[in-house]
Amino acid sequence: MHAVVLIKQVPDTTEVRIDPKTNTMIRAGVPSILNPYDANAVEEAVRWRERLGGKVTVITMGPPQAKEALRKCLSFGADRAILLTDRAFAGADTLATSYALATTIQKIMETEPVDLVFCGRQAIDGDTGQVGPGVARRLGFEQLTYVIKVDEIDPEKGEIQVRRVVEDGIEVVRTKLPALLTVEKEINEVRYATMPDLLRAARQEIEVWTKDTIGADPNQCGLKGSPTVVSKSFVPSPPDRHLQLFEGDVAAQAAALAEKLSHLDVFAGRLG
Amino acid sequence: MAEQEEARGLWVFVEQRRGKPNRVAWELMGRGRQLADALQTQLVAVVLGHQVRHIAQEAITYGADLVYLVDAEVLAEYRTEPYARALTELIERHHPEIVLIGATNLGRDLAGSVATTLKTGLTADCTVLDVDVSQRLLLATRPAFNGKQMATILCKTRRPQMATVRPRVFELPKPDPARQGDIVEEAPSFGEEEIKAKLVEFIPATGTRIRLEDADIIVSGGRGMGGPENFRILEELAEVLGGTVGASRAAVDAGWMPRERQVGQTGTTVRPKIYFAVGISGAIQHLAGMQTSDVIVAINRDPNAPIFKVADYGIVGDLFEVVPALTKAFRQIFGNRKPTAAELVGALKAQTGAQDRGAAAGE
Repeated sequence: MHAVVLIKQVPDTTEVRIDPKTNTMIRAGVPSILNPYDANAVEEAVRWRERLGGKVTVITMGPPQAKEALRKCLSFGADRAILLTDRAFAGADTLATSYALATTIQKIMETEPVDLVFCGRQAIDGDTGQVGPGVARRLGFEQLTYVIKVDEIDPEKGEIQVRRVVEDGIEVVRTKLPALLTVEKEINEVRYATMPDLLRAARQEIEVWTKDTIGADPNQCGLKGSPTVVSKSFVPSPPDRHLQLFEGDVAAQAAALAEKLSHLDVFAGRLG
Repeated sequence: MAEQEEARGLWVFVEQRRGKPNRVAWELMGRGRQLADALQTQLVAVVLGHQVRHIAQEAITYGADLVYLVDAEVLAEYRTEPYARALTELIERHHPEIVLIGATNLGRDLAGSVATTLKTGLTADCTVLDVDVSQRLLLATRPAFNGKQMATILCKTRRPQMATVRPRVFELPKPDPARQGDIVEEAPSFGEEEIKAKLVEFIPATGTRIRLEDADIIVSGGRGMGGPENFRILEELAEVLGGTVGASRAAVDAGWMPRERQVGQTGTTVRPKIYFAVGISGAIQHLAGMQTSDVIVAINRDPNAPIFKVADYGIVGDLFEVVPALTKAFRQIFGNRKPTAAELVGALKAQTGAQDRGAAAGE
C-alpha cells in the first residue's frame, strides 16, 4: 500500500499578534510549525503502513524552509519526503495549489501506484479545507472528508471504510481505492518521535522538486493559475458595545446581572 | 469576457439531509435576495435530493424566483460524487454568475469538488458578502490566521464566483407563504451504477446536549476554568437557564471539552440570545465566532481582558465565586426550580413542531 500525505508548514497562528499602532498583523518572529491536522494525517498513514506494509510519501509545497516540517514527518515514520518549491508556485490559491499537488502525485504515479492520499482537515493559517477536495477531484480519487476513524482498508478488494463527521452525526462510508482522506484531530494520538527517530530523520534525504520536475503548466501555477485575488485585508474591529458593570460584592453584582438578564425576551414565560 | 457576459443569476445551494433543509440555506437566501436585487438578477435555489419537492416549495417562500430541483434516488443520501456531478451539470447548463453554499461539512465537501471541476474561484468560510454592482463582482470576506485577519476576495474573470458561507452569520429571513416562483425539474445524467461510495450506516449524534448552533443561551468556559472538572459550574448555570455549554479553543485544545463544543473561528460560529464568556480572555479567533450574539456577558478576573471590550455586561472577579452566585441569583428569580422534564420535552416539541409546520407550509 502506497500512501501519500500532503502537508503544510504554517505560522503558529496562536503566536500571531496585531500591532495596535498600525492595526496590522505582526508575522515576523512567529514560529513555523507543521500544520497540526497534518500531523494526524501522517500518523494515520504510518499506522496503516505498519499494519499492511508499503510506503508513506510526504509532500509539501512551500519555501525551502518547509523542509523542517517534512523532517518532522520523517521522524514520525514517513519513508520518503518531497519538497515542491518554485517561484512559479508563489501566490497560489486553492485551485492552483491543488493543481500543483495533484500534478506531483501524478508524476509519482508514473513510477509507482498511489492507493491513498491523506490530508489534514484544513490548514490553520488559511482555514479553507478546500485543497484536499480539489486534489481528489483532479486525480479522480474517491473523496472522504472529516474522517475520525478508518475502519478498514482492504487492499485485496481495493476498498476502504471510514467514519466521517457530519453536522448531525457520523456517517460510515465504504468506497473503492484509490481515495483521498482529510482527517480530524480525533482520528489518532500523534506519537512522540524518539531520539533514534530524530537521528534517522536527520540523515534522510529530502527530494527537492520544481515545476519542471513535475512538468507543470506555468499558466495553472501560482498567481497566474489562481482565479481568486485578495482585494484587501484588514484587522477586524469588534462591534460597538457599551460595557455595563455592577456595584457591590460578588453576590450583589451577580444578583443585579441576573435581574437585568431575566427581563430579556428569551426568558419570557419563566418569570412569576 | 464571454464567460462573464453570459453568466446570470445568483444561486443558493439548499443543503438538506433526510428531507430536512439546513437553516444556513435560508440564511443565504435572505442575504442572496438582497444581493440579487442589487444586481437586478434572479435568485435561484438549487435543491438536490430524493423526495424533496417540499423543500423546493419552501425555497420559494424564502425568496427564490426559480428553483432547480434534481430529485433522484441516487441523491437520496449525500455523497460527494453524485452531488458534485449533479450541481456541476446544472451550473454548466445554466451559467450562474454567483453560487453560494453553506460552509458546513457537507457544503465544504461539495464546493471544493465542484469549483475544481469548473476551474473557477472558490472563497471558503465567508462571514461577509457584498457585491460590486458595476463590475458584477462578489466581494467575499473571510477570516484567516485564526480570525486575526479578514480578507476580501474577488474572482474577476471566471464564472461562477463561488463562496461557502458560515452558518449563523446572516439572519434567518421570514418566509412568505404567498410568494410565487417556478420550480424546474431536471434529471441527472448518471445513475447509481456509476457511483462507488456507499453509505453503510448513519449514526445520529447522541447526547441530550443542545447543539451550539441551536442554543439560545450559551455558557462558555476558557483557559480560566483551570480543568475539565470545573466545567460542572457552567453546566449548572446553563441548566438553570435552559442553555448549553461551550468552550474556547484553549479549553478544547487542553482536552477539557470535546471539539464539538468549541466556539470560534475554527469551531462553531454562534449567535445566541445570550452568550456568557467565562474565564475567556477574548482572543480574536474566539470573538470571530460569537461577537454577533445578541447579548454578551463577560466574567473574568482580569479587568483588561479584551473580552470586556465586546461585552454588554461584565463582572470582574473570580469565576469560581461569580458563577455559583449567578446560578443562585437566577434560581431565586425563576422561582428556585428547574424546568421539569415534561416542560423541556414540551418546549422541544413546540420547537420541532414549528419547524415541521414551516417545512410543510409549501406543500
